[in-house]
Amino acid sequence: MSERQVKIGMNLTGTQMAPDATQEQLEATRLFPADIPGDMRSYTDARQQAIGTADRVGSVPPPGSVKGMLKTAVDKVTGSNPEVLIDKLGERLAFERTGVRLYEAMIAKATSAIGATPAMVATLREIQAQELEHMNLVREAIETLGGDPTTMTPCADVAAVKAQGVLQVLTDPRTTLSQSMSAILTIELEDNAAWELLIELAKKAGHPLIAEGFKHAFEQEELHLSTVRELIRQDLLGQVS
Amino acid sequence: MSMIDTLLDNKGTPLEKQTFTWRELASRPISKLDDDAFTRVRVILMNGVESDALRLKHFGARFNKVLQLPLAQIRRVEHHQMTAINWLLSSDHSPLETTVAYEQTAIEITAAVAQNEPDPYQAQTYRFGLLEDFDHLYRYAAMLDRLEGKDANNILQGYTDIIPGRPTSEHHRAPEDDLRDSYEKDNAALITKIHAALITGAEYQTHDYYMNIGPLFADPVARALYAEIASVEEQHVTQYGSLQDPSESFMEKWLVHEAMEVYTYASCAEQEDNPRIKALWERFVDYELGHLNLACELFKQHERRDPAEVLGGQLPKMIQFKSQRDFVRETLFREIDLRAHGVDYVPKDKEGRASLDYRSRLNGEGVPANVVSAGYTWKPGTELNPAGEQR
Repeated sequence: MSERQVKIGMNLTGTQMAPDATQEQLEATRLFPADIPGDMRSYTDARQQAIGTADRVGSVPPPGSVKGMLKTAVDKVTGSNPEVLIDKLGERLAFERTGVRLYEAMIAKATSAIGATPAMVATLREIQAQELEHMNLVREAIETLGGDPTTMTPCADVAAVKAQGVLQVLTDPRTTLSQSMSAILTIELEDNAAWELLIELAKKAGHPLIAEGFKHAFEQEELHLSTVRELIRQDLLGQVS
Repeated sequence: MSMIDTLLDNKGTPLEKQTFTWRELASRPISKLDDDAFTRVRVILMNGVESDALRLKHFGARFNKVLQLPLAQIRRVEHHQMTAINWLLSSDHSPLETTVAYEQTAIEITAAVAQNEPDPYQAQTYRFGLLEDFDHLYRYAAMLDRLEGKDANNILQGYTDIIPGRPTSEHHRAPEDDLRDSYEKDNAALITKIHAALITGAEYQTHDYYMNIGPLFADPVARALYAEIASVEEQHVTQYGSLQDPSESFMEKWLVHEAMEVYTYASCAEQEDNPRIKALWERFVDYELGHLNLACELFKQHERRDPAEVLGGQLPKMIQFKSQRDFVRETLFREIDLRAHGVDYVPKDKEGRASLDYRSRLNGEGVPANVVSAGYTWKPGTELNPAGEQR
């Protein structure tokens, strides 16, 4: 069974570690109360005002490469807003590509962390290889539609912002196996839902061949999710048994 | 025996032996959760000190061909000292949490300095600036709570109160009201010179930090608050920088800076309770003694004067790294309504037209510090914790 990865120590962040100081702090709030009337609503109002005047993070380029145009005859971009699909495909491509790197960081953790096993590392390697396959699958789909797979689309950009926290957790040498697997779970939960939605979107946009091609990837992602969940379960329960 | 004689008795580590490896420069960070908040305060303070050491020497080199090589040699070490120190901050500090730690550093160190400062005008200046950094902490704490859902006290560890000070909206002054009278180099105590160099350096790094991280935030209110407070930090650098005698030569300022670095590292080493970090402070005390001795030799060689003319006099006790709650609260009661008019501190109703107009323009479309903190009362576990007040 797994060894315990957390320990009792001198965590100093809580008020119970400094009860007298806390009383002083609370007294201070009575002596010097808030000097500006209002509440959180002023913050929300300011956000709403900014949203009203904000630009978008960027745009989706028009499809039009020579290679792409040729293939467009086979499965051309249709639907009223083809950029929606291109944007989401760009996101999936970027997500899977980053996923390969995230798993590399996870594997470094798993090969050196307390509680890891060779079987776990092999499983992680297999998932990583499939993330790479999925990346190439999406790249080919974008090319088929005449899109540029090297473009960072708006959704790809935003997805990378979302993944920053996961990346920080996985690459921090101080984080445990459990903490890292939990970060991977965040990725797999999203990936799972995103592939399902992407298949539906491709169908609705009039690209049944692409949608069909994505089905296998989605099945693999479902397996990734259940595998990661099980690894986490075994690891955590093992620590308290 | 004067302080300088005592300091120079110890030659420290020779410059050529002040070496590092990459592993030492990017070593294991401190724990955000388990290390004492004052360990982080010292890390932030000394990063600021080394940053200012580089800054001063770069400017000096632009005016002194003959000093360029020795300055470059010392700077290289100081850059690496700064790296070794700044890399002690762990990656789980969000930029906003680090900001809270920066303000805690500003408050606790400025309060300690204000009490140790023998010159009444200089001490008044520190108390004046203190109440503004104190208010910045409150505004940032409100933002940490309302933006990230975190309790600023996880960083502060009970040492520092989270309440309004002199309102940030009223810190914005015309430049003529940010300049201060300087000490007179031939009459000032050594500790007065050291304090001015120390606090100027600390505020400078705070300004630079906010200018670097402000654009990293997505939240429009956060971006606006960093823009607002960075502007005040620029005022603070102006204020504290003007405390130093402008008639000092570059080499005089250099000597003071090196003495300040020795004194500050020695203060850190004396009070550090993390053994690994304490060893680092001790190592750097010896490095700084090496720098000070070298600077003194160059001073004798180029200015043909005795360094004791610049560094004469006794030093008081070390900087006290501890909660200055009582002093801060007393200062708050007495001086919250002080304002600056020219180099003078005046009652609120005596502020000059220039600052009032300047402020009115800047605040004309709203005040980010007010937006973020409207009705904010700190509670243990954030304002969302219903049990906070009963604790």
